Amino acid sequence: MAQAAIELIGINKSFGAVRANRDINLEIVRGTIHGIVGENGAGKSTLMSILYGFYQADSGEIRVGGQPASIKTPNDAIALGIGMVHQHFMLVDNFTVLENVILGAESDALLKRSITKARSELERLEREYGLEVDPDAIIEELPVGLQQRVEILKALYRGAEILILDEPTGVLTPAEADHLFRILKQLKEQGKTIVLITHKLREIMAITDTVSVMRQGTMVATRETRKTTVEELAELMVGRRVLLRVEKGEAEAGDVKLAVKNLTVKDSRGVTMVDDISFDVRAGEIVGIAGVAGNGQSEMLEAISGIRRAVSGSVMLDGKPIDLTGAADPGELRDRGLAHVPEDRHHVGLVLAFEENENSILGYHDDERYLKGPFLDIDAIRNDARDKITKYDIRPADCRLKTANFSGGNQQKIVLAREMEQDPGVLIVGQPTRGVDVGAIEFIHKRLIAMRDQGKAVLVVSVELDEIRSLSDRILVMFAGRIVGERGPEATEGELGLLMAGVERQEAAE
Amino acid sequence: MSAPYAKLPAWADYGLIPVINLAVAFVVAGFVVLLVGENPFRAAAVLVEGAFGRGQGIAFTLFYATTFIFSGLSVAVAAHCGLFNIGGEGQGYIAGLGIGVVCLAFDSVLPWWLTFPLAIIAAAAMGALWALIPAYLQAKRGSHIVITTIMFNFIAASVMVYALVGFLKPANSMAPQTRTFLEGAQLPKLNWVIELFGAKIRSAPFNISFLLALAMAFLVWVLIWRTRLGYEMRTYGHSSKAARYAGISEARIIIIAMMISGALAGMMALNPTMGDQHNVALEFVSGAGFVGIAVALMGRLHPVGIVLAAILFGMLYQGGAELAFEMPAISRDMIVIIQGLVILFAGALEHMFRPYVQALFASLSPRSVGMEAIKGKGA
Amino acid sequence: MDMFNAIIQVLDSTIRLSVPLLLACLAGLYSERAGIFDIGLEGKMLVGAFAGAAAASVFHSAFIGLGMAILISVAFALVHGFASITHRGNQIVSGVAINFIAAGSTIMLGQAWFQQGGRTPALAPDERFGAIIWPGADALRGVPILGPIYSELISGHSVLVYVAFLAVPFTWWVLFRTRFGLRMRAVGENPAAVDTAGISVAWLRYRALICTGVLTGIAGAYLSMVQNGGFVKDMTAGKGYIALAALIFAKWKPVNAMFACLLFGFLDALSIRLQGTPLPLIGKVPVQLMQALPYILTVILLAGFIGKAIPPRAGGVPYVKER
Repeated sequence: MAQAAIELIGINKSFGAVRANRDINLEIVRGTIHGIVGENGAGKSTLMSILYGFYQADSGEIRVGGQPASIKTPNDAIALGIGMVHQHFMLVDNFTVLENVILGAESDALLKRSITKARSELERLEREYGLEVDPDAIIEELPVGLQQRVEILKALYRGAEILILDEPTGVLTPAEADHLFRILKQLKEQGKTIVLITHKLREIMAITDTVSVMRQGTMVATRETRKTTVEELAELMVGRRVLLRVEKGEAEAGDVKLAVKNLTVKDSRGVTMVDDISFDVRAGEIVGIAGVAGNGQSEMLEAISGIRRAVSGSVMLDGKPIDLTGAADPGELRDRGLAHVPEDRHHVGLVLAFEENENSILGYHDDERYLKGPFLDIDAIRNDARDKITKYDIRPADCRLKTANFSGGNQQKIVLAREMEQDPGVLIVGQPTRGVDVGAIEFIHKRLIAMRDQGKAVLVVSVELDEIRSLSDRILVMFAGRIVGERGPEATEGELGLLMAGVERQEAAE
Repeated sequence: MSAPYAKLPAWADYGLIPVINLAVAFVVAGFVVLLVGENPFRAAAVLVEGAFGRGQGIAFTLFYATTFIFSGLSVAVAAHCGLFNIGGEGQGYIAGLGIGVVCLAFDSVLPWWLTFPLAIIAAAAMGALWALIPAYLQAKRGSHIVITTIMFNFIAASVMVYALVGFLKPANSMAPQTRTFLEGAQLPKLNWVIELFGAKIRSAPFNISFLLALAMAFLVWVLIWRTRLGYEMRTYGHSSKAARYAGISEARIIIIAMMISGALAGMMALNPTMGDQHNVALEFVSGAGFVGIAVALMGRLHPVGIVLAAILFGMLYQGGAELAFEMPAISRDMIVIIQGLVILFAGALEHMFRPYVQALFASLSPRSVGMEAIKGKGA
Repeated sequence: MDMFNAIIQVLDSTIRLSVPLLLACLAGLYSERAGIFDIGLEGKMLVGAFAGAAAASVFHSAFIGLGMAILISVAFALVHGFASITHRGNQIVSGVAINFIAAGSTIMLGQAWFQQGGRTPALAPDERFGAIIWPGADALRGVPILGPIYSELISGHSVLVYVAFLAVPFTWWVLFRTRFGLRMRAVGENPAAVDTAGISVAWLRYRALICTGVLTGIAGAYLSMVQNGGFVKDMTAGKGYIALAALIFAKWKPVNAMFACLLFGFLDALSIRLQGTPLPLIGKVPVQLMQALPYILTVILLAGFIGKAIPPRAGGVPYVKER
């Protein structure tokens, strides 16, 4: 008889008026890999944070190994053998691996003995699980996959028997993800219990024994993985059949509208993030840039839109070149018909403290339509905002409301409405649907295709491979700052995955 | 989407919470009064009596308030752009140099209504210039503006000593100050306005620069909420990344906002020099620039709030002077303590009482319908 | 030999002048390394100076004075913690508030208690920390070069001077060799990492601020009980801010901090030394320029001849659990 490692009984948790978890019941069997799937905001992370003592449940009971447990702080969780690998790594970037591993688990007031002990312990873990990492390396100099390994080591060093991983593959290449899964399987064989939180169904099918589905704060189903299908899980997640592919006609690509030439970008530390890339986007097509997060996509977008200064390169907009190495100004590019929906709407695309109508002119605030001399034309601005609210079905329909009070999907619509309604020749969009609810995703995808059909050149950057595949007419894959391949929309996930991992490039070099 | 907390009505947000913060600041100040062996309630009574008891007191209160409106506006303009201008003291002080030069040059040839605009320009220009350097260093070299403006306060003090013991001082005088301005550089008093209400005023320095201060308060409101420049400043103040995205030049907006802030701080020098002492003397600003920080925070960076907060601090200054006279153990430095406490409670601890007030409103609101019904019955 | 004596004298006053800066700078290092900006070093030094001199003159004991200086200074540090840690207020605003409260209350209480225009009574020698003469200092004075260096520069300072300089290696050791130091550095870089490791972010930061308070208290005591024989109003005169500038210049490292403070102390000593004496080529420099020199130099140093100073990443940002 399989024994329960963890039982959650009747867990409730609210943040203000938002009920993040409602009456959750869950049993996780010892020595298995248990997946928890659900959309963004379904309450998965909150539930696991309660289990890890980061938040307190409003009501409900937690049992660990059959015994009722009171988990008030992460310390309690650690003492009960629960470890967590967070989505955003909880590492101190300028510390060494060793320092990160011992932080909070130091054996005494002086560091010397802790470090010696941790060093030998790390060697043991490396032997047992193949978790290799240089203990003296500085975290920020390690690739993401290794940083994640440090997180796992941290948990194991603290004697974790139950390991929770929150969206562990979001920043990994498919190859790195496979490596992670091998490690997880090995941990399972050694008797550890693994809880895997993800919204990627492929991973669930590949590795878990059992899967639970969450939707809007409730636990809607638990299935044995081998007895379910992706389709069933997807339907359980969203509550209706998902539109996996947006309906769209053939692209009628016209002239080149946007030409990026020899773009090289370095980050503030001088590391080359974008390495001499060139590509075109034609009128009437959507070009999608696929790639694992952190391979230079963000820097490329920022350079093309004039936010970040490039080391070399230019953009040709409608046949006129603009140098990106000088003080390229986002305003100038905007005037030339380049509209930009940035990846980070909270800090870049919007000012959350502003009223909705104030955000609806951000970047276009020097347009004569919104001004009377040096003064803002308040009536014109608000009328304009109301029009967009109607046209893009932004809710609540109140242009005086503070932007922070809109949901993620509606905030994204505010940005899209602003950029699309300028009737730009070129639209570049970073992560069009990050943190956006399903209904809004569909709306946004349809709008992007409508832009294409109006003959605009659309460039989409997304880390969601499904999104890229369903939207794009051409797919460019970025790896380590370079474009490593171009494929049509018919390319398979596996094919793109290899490119995203840089595999083909290495083979070509050999 | 529902907000996590009950949203407060505007009157609570802009009225009740500042009042609570202020009240707590005064309670703590009361303990300091106890510490020096005086009765805080009597002290409060003397203070209010001194500030508003007679027309004389009111005139002095408004005279001090004039200076604080300028310095409060100065802090607020920079704060809307996300900058903490703690250099108002030095900017105001150095503006005395401009005022001194203009007044000494023109007071014998021009009437006050021609000298005054020239002095305004000189004061604003000097203040703006003194803010320009820290602004430039912040924008281009990343120096921390708080530390640089503080350093510029010290440097301004040295420059003014140099000027006042040197070229601004009449050759035959020992006192480090300019000669007394002639009538051409003396601002007309506004005491008659208060006398219209039947009060008697022997002599008080309440003067026409109060109207300039009110005009500036209005202009600042227009600037911040009704102009493109104000929009850009607020954008940068909330998010430098969003400003970059919107094509707003970081260096330009920092420099412009700081220069406007410095100009306003500079203008505060008009009131004590041309309006009161009729000279430029050592340390004539005497901390008024710093009071602006408390005034701006208390007034929640809004010109209306700033005018009200400035009057409150004017009252503290005037009443504080009376207090120091009545209770020798309490010196005027009491004001500096209160100022610090207001900055602490209205600034750094502004959120301390908010959850309680929100909880109070949240507990009231579901029943408010029922309460209406009860009231209806009673009526 | 005159030249040599002059150099020794300037270096000697360099040490004396850099001590309050060094103590305040190390104080700032603790709080900023833990992620709390502290512009209130100035105010904490000031209350420390006042409390030290007042208590020393009332109780006729230098050590009670020092204890009181530390106590009051720590109390002010805790106010800063209450505002910026517990209530997540703006750290700059809180620091500014503390400076005002310190400036006002020291003068007012001083006037109310001692009636000497905000001063405290002049301290008798046994109420101050006197010079410690090292063995053989007098005997060796005559030895050329080394004699004056030993007897003037190394020997003959107050105990607080040695405390200040010993605080440098001690701080380094705490920072890099102890559990507290590791956690403190971590909390200044990524408080979420500390929180998830099961350590209280708030308590850790409070402890760092207590260290800050202790050091600013000693710095204040040095000002009013060693450098000066009593408290004078506003006697910190911007030293707290200069110490902050030195901290940035030192890139938040203890040994660098010592050199940065010695540099500021040296410039200060030099400007005092050169006051009134005509310089070659330039001629007589106005005394006001000399007085303003430390502030001008602070501005120049901050304006970037220091390379890129990367502050602790979580500095100035109140820690809020991510939702």
